[in-house]
Amino acid sequence: MKAPPFAYARPTTLDGALELLSTHADSKVLAGGQSLLPVMNLRLGAPSLLVDISRIPMLDRIVVDDDGAVTIGALVTHTAVEGSADIARHAPLVAEAAPYIGHRAIRNRGTCVGSIAHADPAAEMPAVCLATDAIMISTSTHGDRVIPASAFFTGFLDTALRDDELLAAVRFPASPPGATGSVVEVSRRHGDYALAGLVCRLVVERGTITDAALAYFGVGPTAERVPEAEALLVGSDGRGPALDRAVEAVEATLDPPSDVHGTTAYRRHLAGVLCRRGVADAIARSTEEVA
Amino acid sequence: MSDSTTHVAIGGDITIGCTVNGEAVAVQVPVRTSLSDMLRAALGLTGTHLGCEHGVCGACTIIVDGAAVRSCLMLAAQAEGSDIRTIEGLAVDGRWHPVQTAMHDHHGFQCAFCAPGFMMTAVAMLEDDPNRSEQEIREELGGNLCRCTGYESIVDGVLAAVATLRGAS
Ligand SMILES: Cc1cc2nc3c(=O)[nH]c(=O)nc-3n(C[C@H](O)[C@H](O)[C@H](O)COP(=O)(O)OP(=O)(O)OC[C@H]3O[C@@H](n4cnc5c(N)ncnc54)[C@H](O)[C@@H]3O)c2cc1C
Ligand code: FES
Ligand code: FES
Repeated sequence: MKAPPFAYARPTTLDGALELLSTHADSKVLAGGQSLLPVMNLRLGAPSLLVDISRIPMLDRIVVDDDGAVTIGALVTHTAVEGSADIARHAPLVAEAAPYIGHRAIRNRGTCVGSIAHADPAAEMPAVCLATDAIMISTSTHGDRVIPASAFFTGFLDTALRDDELLAAVRFPASPPGATGSVVEVSRRHGDYALAGLVCRLVVERGTITDAALAYFGVGPTAERVPEAEALLVGSDGRGPALDRAVEAVEATLDPPSDVHGTTAYRRHLAGVLCRRGVADAIARSTEEVA
Repeated sequence: MSDSTTHVAIGGDITIGCTVNGEAVAVQVPVRTSLSDMLRAALGLTGTHLGCEHGVCGACTIIVDGAAVRSCLMLAAQAEGSDIRTIEGLAVDGRWHPVQTAMHDHHGFQCAFCAPGFMMTAVAMLEDDPNRSEQEIREELGGNLCRCTGYESIVDGVLAAVATLRGAS
């Protein structure tokens, strides 16, 4: 249960880190280490060089644009996300998802951006990114790239990031008027990876859903949206027969894996239950309705 | 490589300078050494226990720069310059910390393998905010596993510590 040998560098500038990543094959960014170090301790991975980015200035910032878009830098921890009034106000689904992640000691070191770069299929943040159309901002010695969430999560623990790229930040666009949402999941114990989870985001105008995103996690090789069910919700009030049809579409579309924690059939059932619960929660919170 | 970059060890050993329980230390360890192994093997502070070594059990929880962390999921190298507190540093001049006293009084532990992790988790939680409800305490302790007690005595102990700390303030 000890990590295999590796080299370690702790650059103090972003350029220094990018140079290391571009010149060393098989190097890995070390952020909070809450996924990378378990992987190495379990000998599931053995990078030859770890580039510790923790001492690079400016990466720990949370920036809110005038229009309400929120940009979260690579060193912002899950605990910092939980404590940020700006995120609670402008990116409420990010704030709602954070406390589900692991336990306090994990959240004190693990980063929001690291969770996105790691792309665990059962992790919350990739699904939040998909549901909110977040934008990844990566950087390398070849310059910056912006990658929409829809093109970022390419497979099991796999993303559109190249080996020499550092994910500098994630940007969550401003919520449109009428936006509402919810994060719901089922796990064996609070803080454990979810057996199935859903980030639901709706836009509700005068009681009618005008836009819907259902982003599931824990039910496939990567977080995924269910456009078939989303389309059935748009134009409806999200209740009764419309919701029943959306639940059926979720169950018909998703094909979750079986493992010791739950069978395919059980996870599919959970996905349906979570659709019902998540949409109901989001609608109940809709400020449109109250008005 | 650019001059603006400070590189620390590429392979081999690395020297770590940090504060452990109030004392400045400089230790040389192989680069791949976890913080938990640095504490236990290099500094002889074996009060920090290792159960799973992948972040699940919480036995290795210590306090780094004021926050509870898994010492098995931190490299010694990452601790450069930081302020580290372990179970050995809780008692002051032979006097137990209120959390230790409360655990003793409430028979918080049985075999006590999990005890250092629970107590460091509790101390960090109460330093962050001493006014914790039972619900919050249960949530914050949820990341630590105990195979003996069934948790009730541990929660009782932390609740008693909350009462002591409230009385003292
Ligand atoms: C017991 C336990 C329970 C957990 N439970 C959950 C849970 O319920 N939900 C959940 O979502 N997560 C969970 N996690 C994982 C946690 O969220 C991690 O914090 C997160 O997945 C990774 O963030 P990190 O900063 O620790 O990344 P690291 O571990 O440092 O890195 C993870 C991977 O991402 C890469 N990476 C990190 N940052 C960057 C970057 N800026 N640019 C490019 N690549 C980068 C690394 O190279 C590595 O491959 C759990 C972890 C543990 C140990
Ligand atoms: S030994 Fe660190 S969490 Fe189990
Ligand atoms: S008292 Fe034995 S593991 Fe907790």
